[in-house]
Amino acid sequence: MGWVSTHAHFLGNSGLLSSNDCASNLNLKTLLPPRLRSSRVRSGEARKVVAFHGLRRPPYKLDALEPYMSQKMVEMHWGEYQRAYVEGLNKQLEKNNILYGCTMDELVTVTYNNGNPLPEFNNAAQVWNHDFFWESMQPGGGDIPKQGLLQQIEKDFGSFLDFREQFIEAALSLFGSGWVWLVLKRQKKKLEVVKTSNAITPLVWDDIPILALDVWEHAYYPDYKNDRSSYVNAFLDHLVSWNVATGRMIRAEAFVNLGEPTIPVA
Amino acid sequence: MALRTVFSRRTLASLRSGLSSSVTPTGTRSLVTFSLPDLPYDYGALEPAISGEIMQLHHQKHHQTYVTNYNKALEQLEEASNKGDAPAVVKLQSAIKFNGGGHINHSIFWQNLAPVHEGGGEPPKGSLGWAIDEHFGSLEALVSKMNAEGAALQGSGWVWLGLDKELKKLVVDTTPNQDPLVTKGPLIPLIGIDVWEHAYYLQYKNVRPDYLKNIWKVISWKNASKNL
Repeated sequence: MGWVSTHAHFLGNSGLLSSNDCASNLNLKTLLPPRLRSSRVRSGEARKVVAFHGLRRPPYKLDALEPYMSQKMVEMHWGEYQRAYVEGLNKQLEKNNILYGCTMDELVTVTYNNGNPLPEFNNAAQVWNHDFFWESMQPGGGDIPKQGLLQQIEKDFGSFLDFREQFIEAALSLFGSGWVWLVLKRQKKKLEVVKTSNAITPLVWDDIPILALDVWEHAYYPDYKNDRSSYVNAFLDHLVSWNVATGRMIRAEAFVNLGEPTIPVA
Repeated sequence: MALRTVFSRRTLASLRSGLSSSVTPTGTRSLVTFSLPDLPYDYGALEPAISGEIMQLHHQKHHQTYVTNYNKALEQLEEASNKGDAPAVVKLQSAIKFNGGGHINHSIFWQNLAPVHEGGGEPPKGSLGWAIDEHFGSLEALVSKMNAEGAALQGSGWVWLGLDKELKKLVVDTTPNQDPLVTKGPLIPLIGIDVWEHAYYLQYKNVRPDYLKNIWKVISWKNASKNL
């Protein structure tokens, strides 16, 4: 049966499928060939762990974010912390045929269950969030966005510096564990800075995340101890990938109409 | 301009005994502010259960930040309420709950830990011991329950052994972020364990269950009995 690699945030399809498509077919058991259906547990045989989702590698070497994120901290964060979420999720999915076949995006929205999260939500959302986070950074990141994305930020925040201030303020005023996002709000048709607690992601409100920053303590403690402020500044100055953000924005514009086209006056 | 007198609140007892604010001749109340309580032991005294590095950062940075921000929020609250600025008063509530709660919880935490040579880890005796056996079956059962709830807590928070004043029974409960136990009902905190990542990450990495298993070696049941 192998594993189903279903991450595709960058070129993903979260706008196309309704969130219940993967979980709506309750007769999944009949779709599996009979051999596979009964093969998982036979008496006396050791259980095999079937991995439904994998630990996706960041798009750079683990030491590439030095000195702003040490290799040791990235190894701990990705290799141990995120891996635990992936393994936890796979263990839960083993017992749950209904969620088999869901993409990560679908898993997150389905298990969120409109605000009454199922036990799988925490693991699924944290796997999704962390994949998104690693991809939101690059070695030699920072600087400012260009052209279209910069224009949209200036339109929605006033100026890039205003956006930066808001982002930092959100990160520092978030109590406890959570994430800070640059998100495109579908209904309002504008970019906003949003902070969420624990594992919550703007996906559950059907908004389109553009960037994410992990402000759980494990994300910065080994390198920065309790100095969250230096960590956030290092992220914005040296790590954030505006290239990736631009790509996500371009894709988002296929789903959200951001404004009136300028029609030349005759 | 309100006069400010600074009282040092060093012990839990005085925290609970209520605060008096003096009245100045002009009739304005002076604001009571808080300060970081000293630890009743050295930073390294709880090793190897909790490393000295963690204790120092936890006390000098985290707890100090809560105290500082709590005082700031209280000042702002006084200003806002003197001006009759209701929206500002309400807006400050979350900062007060978070930072005040952080100060309360950590003050309790330092008191309910003790080095091994001062009784840390010694099982409870007397009425607390009997109460634990009655409500949970055994000390081991209580410890397993608290460890399970502490490990299952998503994000940041605390796991508590509390005494329900009304129902007169012991309860195990958790609170998110820095919410103090009193937000969960008429509960007196007897033992509180910090499961925020800053409490264990440098030593135990992401293995919170190991931290929970080991911290019992330095929990002061003597202190818990005092609050019973």
